[in-house]
Amino acid sequence: MIRGDRIFGAVMIVIALGYILSAFGIQTSFMSDPVGPRLFPYMIATVMIVSSLVMILRPDPEAEWPTGPMLAQLGIALVVLIAYAYAISPLGFIIPTAIASGILSWQIGGKPLRAAITGVGLGIGLWVMFRLVLGLSLRGLPVGWGM
Amino acid sequence: METLSNLAMGFGLALTPFTLLLAIIGAFVGTIIGALPGLGPSNGVALLIPISFSMGLDAISALVLLTSVYYGAMYGGRISSILLNIPGDEPAMMTTLDGYPMARQGMAGEALVVSGVASFVGAFLATIGLMIFAPYLAGVAYKFGPAEYFALYMLAFCTLGGMGSNNQAKAALSASIGLALAMVGLDKTTGMPRFTFGDLHLQDGIDFLVAIVGLFAVAEIFFFIETHGKDSAIGVKLGKILVPWKMLKRTSGAMLRGTGIGFIAGVLPGAGASLGSFLAYMSEKSIARDKDTFGKGNPKGVAAPEAGNNSAAGGALVPMLTLGVPGSGTTAVLLALLLTLNITPGPLLFTERPEVIWSLIASLLIANIVLLLMNVPMVKVFVHILSVPAWVLLPGVTMIAFVGIYSLTGSSFDMLMMVGFGVLGYVMRKLDIPTVPVILGILLGNAMEDNLRRAMVLSNGDWTYLFSTPIAIGLWIAAILGFIAPIFLRRLLKKPPMPESDPTMVGD
Repeated sequence: MIRGDRIFGAVMIVIALGYILSAFGIQTSFMSDPVGPRLFPYMIATVMIVSSLVMILRPDPEAEWPTGPMLAQLGIALVVLIAYAYAISPLGFIIPTAIASGILSWQIGGKPLRAAITGVGLGIGLWVMFRLVLGLSLRGLPVGWGM
Repeated sequence: METLSNLAMGFGLALTPFTLLLAIIGAFVGTIIGALPGLGPSNGVALLIPISFSMGLDAISALVLLTSVYYGAMYGGRISSILLNIPGDEPAMMTTLDGYPMARQGMAGEALVVSGVASFVGAFLATIGLMIFAPYLAGVAYKFGPAEYFALYMLAFCTLGGMGSNNQAKAALSASIGLALAMVGLDKTTGMPRFTFGDLHLQDGIDFLVAIVGLFAVAEIFFFIETHGKDSAIGVKLGKILVPWKMLKRTSGAMLRGTGIGFIAGVLPGAGASLGSFLAYMSEKSIARDKDTFGKGNPKGVAAPEAGNNSAAGGALVPMLTLGVPGSGTTAVLLALLLTLNITPGPLLFTERPEVIWSLIASLLIANIVLLLMNVPMVKVFVHILSVPAWVLLPGVTMIAFVGIYSLTGSSFDMLMMVGFGVLGYVMRKLDIPTVPVILGILLGNAMEDNLRRAMVLSNGDWTYLFSTPIAIGLWIAAILGFIAPIFLRRLLKKPPMPESDPTMVGD
């Protein structure tokens, strides 16, 4: 039976093998210690493979995974966070924060209007707190708009 | 008497109006963080490290601020345990057992005061314990060479993995993920890049703060969306807060016993505050004459675990400061804080930078007094804050996480990596794989490898050197026991069930 544990274990084995391969290519300098820069990574990868094998052979009872609409919700949240990471540098703090926290608020609380208000409130409120009160260097608005 | 003069020096450094203000702010914020379900001490401190760092606070101020947050979160966890039957953080779980039934019997105020005082007793005495025992342990740690340190790191991973998880293989996998990530970047000894795939961002390695905030805070967002952020409505009435002196007197024994048990559990690597409160509760129950009232609202069942978890939090600082090995998730975060401030914990810290140690201890004592004042007479303030709805709170926390990392590094790459760690944390928690060993691996990985390689240089490549001294052998044996013993103990240490929430009491 396919279970989360088995999939995760299999993925980790592939990663561990890739890790060993990558460690194989680490250059050693002419002056090195008896261990060198490769051995410890090999040891780690070995532990990884052994424990992954145990997970594959003796998986725990399956967790309840989100399906359908919930998976889509989580996907939206992920996309929002990734987009936010890209947007904050060029667009400044306030606008991306208002949009991102508005969407997250809507996902948790449901109601669009109060989510929008929450978003705008957090965008401006957090900026005031971080920039004006705590003095972090955080640009509020898009490049060229001042602030 | 040296201790006292050192302590006086610590107070001299830590007791300025500015640091006092920081202690008050930290205690306040920390209590809120602890009280809010889903935000524990490790989340809270992790979120605030980057921010306090980019505010440009000096080392002592940052320490005062964040240790107040840490202790504050330990105090705050009990508030939602008692009022909502939802532990504010994991160590506060045992407090729900008697705290919530007490609240439902109309004794919410009493439960809050007793647990607040118990928190103070536990934390304060543990800080004094830290003051007395840490220098001794630092003296022993002086004798540690690279072989002993390597064994000590093994011990930390084995016990943390063994005790903190339900499946040994998963704990080992988690630790190896962390260690593997620690290897990314330039190799210290040879200067060669490892696992960077030619990417310049990865040359400096993976910032542990990015990993911590991602694994703890960002993963929490996905969880919250999935559970639809059950609105936390306070189901019990809270009357006027009076100090129930009689009840305090009756539970004083439970508090002191809980403190002792918690401190020992905290000092042992891997055990931490959750085990401290668990053991304190179970032993109090087993010696009590009124056993059958435990779980039904016995104040001793509130006092013992609260004293236990707060004292374990203090005890956990002993190995962290003297050996540089954190015993729990939160102390791992505190270790991250020290490393960010360029302070390397270990025996040398006590001799070379005593001002750091003693001002830390002084600030812990200050924080505790501030917290006692805040958590007993002013507890109602926090009860009001608990009613902030999740749909405001969670987006706010998310944005704070991003601001922290952004203001620290200013790069989108690190924020993306943080989101990646968030996804990893979500999947790992779904699969019941502990995430703390990942953090520990990233924090300790390089030091662990370094010690292994230095040991091999000293012994010219002879592996038996790792087991050549009595201390090293003792540590290896403890590591193996710590990893294997929980498999057998797990059946004995079954957690008692949580009290059932009464659906009619929880209004909207």
